[in-house]
Amino acid sequence: MGELEGFYALWYREMKVFTREKSRIVSSLFTPLLWIVVFGGGLGSAVSLGGVNYQVFIFPGIITMTILFSSVFFGLYIVWDKKIDFFKEVLVAPLNRTTIFAGKMVGGSIDALLQGCAMLVFGLVLGVSYTFLAIVMAFLFMFVLASALVSLGLIIGSNMESVEGFQLVVSFLVFPLFFFSGALFPTKNLPPYLLAFTALDPVTYAVDGLRGAILGTSQLPIVLNFAILSAFAVAMVAVGTWSFRRLK
Amino acid sequence: MVCAVETEKLTKHYGDLVAVDSLDLSIKEGEIFGLLGPNGAGKTTTLSMLATLLKPTFGTARVNGYDVRTQSDLVRQSIGIVFQDPSSDDVLTGRENLYLHALMFGVPKSDRDNRMKHVLQLVDLQDRADDIVKKYSGGMRRRLELARGLLHNPRVLFLDEPTLGLDPQTREHIWDYIENLVKEEKVTVIVTTHYMDEADQLCDRVAIIDHGKIVALDAPSVLKANVGGDIIRLRTRKPKLESLKEMDYVHSIDQSGSTLSLTVENASAHLQEILGHVGEVDSVEVRSATLNDVFLKFTGHEIREESGEGGVFERIAKARSGR
Repeated sequence: MGELEGFYALWYREMKVFTREKSRIVSSLFTPLLWIVVFGGGLGSAVSLGGVNYQVFIFPGIITMTILFSSVFFGLYIVWDKKIDFFKEVLVAPLNRTTIFAGKMVGGSIDALLQGCAMLVFGLVLGVSYTFLAIVMAFLFMFVLASALVSLGLIIGSNMESVEGFQLVVSFLVFPLFFFSGALFPTKNLPPYLLAFTALDPVTYAVDGLRGAILGTSQLPIVLNFAILSAFAVAMVAVGTWSFRRLK
Repeated sequence: MVCAVETEKLTKHYGDLVAVDSLDLSIKEGEIFGLLGPNGAGKTTTLSMLATLLKPTFGTARVNGYDVRTQSDLVRQSIGIVFQDPSSDDVLTGRENLYLHALMFGVPKSDRDNRMKHVLQLVDLQDRADDIVKKYSGGMRRRLELARGLLHNPRVLFLDEPTLGLDPQTREHIWDYIENLVKEEKVTVIVTTHYMDEADQLCDRVAIIDHGKIVALDAPSVLKANVGGDIIRLRTRKPKLESLKEMDYVHSIDQSGSTLSLTVENASAHLQEILGHVGEVDSVEVRSATLNDVFLKFTGHEIREESGEGGVFERIAKARSGR
């Protein structure tokens, strides 16, 4: 009972912050829209891939990007929480560390999921039509991806002492995860060095899975994509829980 | 005697640095107990160990009868903490901050509304409870944090530098609130501070800490009496010390440059005579002993010398209040 209420408290806080800081949501959706409208629109006037317009082709990739950025940043944000004493207040509560981690993780994942949903709605403008099954599958992929990446952010954030490391994380983790994922190009016929990185990037399987769910074309079977992504998520959640247990 | 907090050789090492050195303390139920010392003396480290945020290197402590090493959950449930830095969530309202705390600290649902109302009243925030904390002043945030620390009916409340960074008027208000809640809630309060006036006015007993060790522990009035009288400060160019040394009511003489500091029993009665013997004097200052004098007596240096970031402001504040 106590743990459940504690979990609810942490989630409730994230929801309040999410709904109150509207500028954050707007700015987090603005960059993906630029990618779709400008980059996708510009290149799409000349290129079509996998039987669809380039703009539509990168749409699942840009949804993934939206979730990637907001999830990792959500996790990193606890560096701030640690700096101000707010997080100490949570750590000193008579709550299990697993509960604290779960509350943060689910709160952040729902944030990211809501942003992913906003992007899905924008898809209608692009002329994407969804089946009920497509929406369910997209949801599952987005949620598992978000939980994995929020956990990743929390792992880094809980081990990082200052915000100076942010830029490093962005340059050497977030951008590579995005660029190698095949969000912007098909992963068929890649040169071997690129293929290796792409295969190692867990985000690849989210992009491919979402492409399968929304556009009906994917490199790997959807189930395989989902299995790999889920395994990655389980690993991240496990390491994240462990990191939180060690937090002082 | 019932002890709210008892420590036994409580020690914390950070590598080679001994932050807290074999601390033996026993704090009675219902008192306001102060840990006074410069920054880096080990006050916050001690507090963190008592609150189970840090594991002691050696020794142990019992808080409300629970061992901080083995019963940390029980300790946490029975204490409240107000941290040094603001720890309320400034995106939320005051009431939401309290609500979250109630959930996390397991305040039963049936009690929640009553307790929240009660603690808001204790710190006079009932009218501003639904404002976002960002709009609060520094003093209001502190009060909210006090209220939050009390919300789950803790038996011991830890306050880490409760008035750090607040203006003098607000500080006195916060002291009033603290004194009031001790009366109303029958809670034991443990305060760390490097403000001598805070320790003096607020605390029933004070432990003076330097380099992780207790150098003196008693009621502020007893500690001050220990100094052996009042302080007379003279500015004089050619002091005649011989005759002063013969006076039996002059307990200590300390000369640095042109400033002469004397510890004198019942200074006002003997001032005339001292001035008569010391020679030509530029200025005189007579004051009662403060905890700073106590600190100086036991450690040989002043609290201010090491007080880091707060130092400059304190010196300015002191210069102003000294005139």
